[in-house]
Amino acid sequence: MRFVLTDEQREFARSLDALLRAADTPGVLRAWAAGDHGPGRALWRRLGDAGVFALAVPEAYGGVGPLPVEAAVACVELGRYAAPGPVAETLAAGVLLAGVGGPAAKEWLPGIASGAAMLSLRLPGHGPYALDADAADAVFTVDGDGLRRAPGPGELSVSADPARRLFRPGPGGEPVAGGRAVEAASRAAGDWASFATAALALGCGEELLRATVAYVKQRRQFGVPVGSFQVVKHRLADTLLGLEFARPLLYGAAVELTEELSGGRAGTGSPEPGAGVGSGTGPAEGPPGSGLGTGRGAGSLGSGSGTWPGMGSPESGSRTGPGMGSLGAGAAVAAAKAAAGEAGYAAARTALQLHGAIGYTEELDLAWWLRRARPLRDAWGTPSACRARVLTG
Amino acid sequence: MDLERTAETEALRVRARAWLRDHVPDRPLPSLETKEGFAAHRAWEAELYGGGWSAVSWPEEYGGRGADLFGWLAFEEEYWAAGAPGRVSQNGISLLAPTLLAHGTAEQRTRVLGPMARGEVVWAQAWSEPEAGSDLAALRSRAVRTDGGWLLSGQKTWSSRAAFADRAFGIFRTEAGAAKPHHGLTYLMFGLRDPGVTVRPVGRLDGKPAFAEIFLDEVFVPDADVIGEPGQGWRIAMAATGDERGLTLRSPGRYLAAAGRLTALWREAGDPADTALRDRVADAVIGARAYQLFTAASASRFAAGASLGPESSLNKVFWSGYDIALHETALDLLGPDAERADTAWAEGYVFALAGPVYAGTNEIQRDIIAERLLGLPKGRR
Repeated sequence: MRFVLTDEQREFARSLDALLRAADTPGVLRAWAAGDHGPGRALWRRLGDAGVFALAVPEAYGGVGPLPVEAAVACVELGRYAAPGPVAETLAAGVLLAGVGGPAAKEWLPGIASGAAMLSLRLPGHGPYALDADAADAVFTVDGDGLRRAPGPGELSVSADPARRLFRPGPGGEPVAGGRAVEAASRAAGDWASFATAALALGCGEELLRATVAYVKQRRQFGVPVGSFQVVKHRLADTLLGLEFARPLLYGAAVELTEELSGGRAGTGSPEPGAGVGSGTGPAEGPPGSGLGTGRGAGSLGSGSGTWPGMGSPESGSRTGPGMGSLGAGAAVAAAKAAAGEAGYAAARTALQLHGAIGYTEELDLAWWLRRARPLRDAWGTPSACRARVLTG
Repeated sequence: MDLERTAETEALRVRARAWLRDHVPDRPLPSLETKEGFAAHRAWEAELYGGGWSAVSWPEEYGGRGADLFGWLAFEEEYWAAGAPGRVSQNGISLLAPTLLAHGTAEQRTRVLGPMARGEVVWAQAWSEPEAGSDLAALRSRAVRTDGGWLLSGQKTWSSRAAFADRAFGIFRTEAGAAKPHHGLTYLMFGLRDPGVTVRPVGRLDGKPAFAEIFLDEVFVPDADVIGEPGQGWRIAMAATGDERGLTLRSPGRYLAAAGRLTALWREAGDPADTALRDRVADAVIGARAYQLFTAASASRFAAGASLGPESSLNKVFWSGYDIALHETALDLLGPDAERADTAWAEGYVFALAGPVYAGTNEIQRDIIAERLLGLPKGRR
């Protein structure tokens, strides 16, 4: 087991960090929010040159993917710099079109891979909006088992994050494909959109924490840095805790997506009888109870019978398999999205509070991150929807 | 990046599962924190030893299996999934034993580890004192040089397992007037039934004597029971947070098993319309997986030669908060029976409540996270 990034993956992150640091994303975001896509498209092209979008595109179509771990690495960096544009949507569109195949795949996937094409999409169960559809070269929609190319971006709604432009594509449009292949590809694309958004949220939270730690070290009140106060420290410690425990869920989901792609066991393997969580007898948490019989049929008190109720059901909890257990790829993505979304938003609340009034202004560049954390928490799977999926698989 | 176990780890896991299936008691043992339960858990330790499972991470010459951290993690998953009893010897096996392996003499290891592994000698910790809790370096209990050893005097408190345990380990002041409070301390071992020792059990919230006060009046400790050099006790004790011991206090396997039981309880007793409760059950599943993966990442770094250091504070704050939330959710699912004290969930809840307090309060841990991981300036505690 080696559950850490390789040197190459770290180097990839560093190269994207350097690219994005030089890009002045707050300036790009201001233009993007005003409807000027020029600087954003130029940055997009550079990200394409760096290989970001090829990560979701198979080699047959000019990509290098799908590579979930590298995609997570890239999206964390993009999140750290609040890069504009439909990042998760374009990656997910790559998965969608690769799954469907045919002329649309040939038409669009090479452009996605190179960074020449920017796509948006709307999938069933994920709301009516297609992000940044006016900037996209094409907008795809799925309704039921029908994939269409939308006739236009549709009506604009203002987002809480001015650089996330929400469009509501109208009905109709040119049919692209249909049938079960679309349903399956749409599910896979939804998982990828959720996965990429989780990574963006984690990166957004990381930057909010970094900027806030830097601020409380230099901001002085009562003659000392406010970061020396215990209540400030503990809030920041909790913010770090949330992010650091979301991160392994993100990469755990990346590993499960990789295994699913390679036809591995994740999400498909059946647990061995009596194996892992959800099996066994007796209490395992702390010292056992006094074991007094309850005289009741239901063993729901976990005492008396010596057997915990409902054990051995394969759907209960995670499983111990040949590897280190598995939630199944879909549930793993949902777990990562719920945790990263909540941690990123918690970082925004901490950042706003600890910056004080300056954090409540649009003049501070950090506003781009402060306003983005909550939309990222909710897009492509609200925390509640993700939690439900963790339990249902 | 992968989550695959080596063939060696997998073989250990398969053997552990088979043994546990044949040996884990059908009925829960009586509470560890009662005299009867303590004896039953001591006997279970002997049975574990008989199978070679009482201390899998120790070297084979001391009765272990020489398992690495991944092997230990896999064993723990199997152990708790099998519903096996709580570990009465945990203080000794996961805290004193690694200290002896790192700082003790060959004679000490040979003399102490075998009886510990067999459950013949159960160890209690003796750290806290009435005036030295979070500020542990303020401790006053002293060891005074005498012919062939030391004489201990003072008072220790909140000593887990001490009500029924045999021996204890801790740090004592051996140099009066040292330049700094954490200088001049010495790490040593003593018998809880030695002349001059008085143990007063203390009932925890549910009345069970889970810990005790220890009064020491010129208790003789031979030089052979000093661990490391006299005066180096603080450094030796604190090293416990700097290596794998920071990971081994509470294994992910405990919480994976607990989350599985909670999910089963929810499927049996939960109201499908109560989505708020459903979300909390899901958080238990998510949190257990997060902790398992966080630990896998830490173990991977450790295996590559990194030292873990202050990230063990993140670990401790996480599992202690998680454990309480999980048990609160279970109690909410039990409805009117949540109030009953004689259930495994209730016992687990009381056990969990102490988590944010012991092994360094979560306030101290958050200070460590803020100062050593985030680089914030030191301030008043």
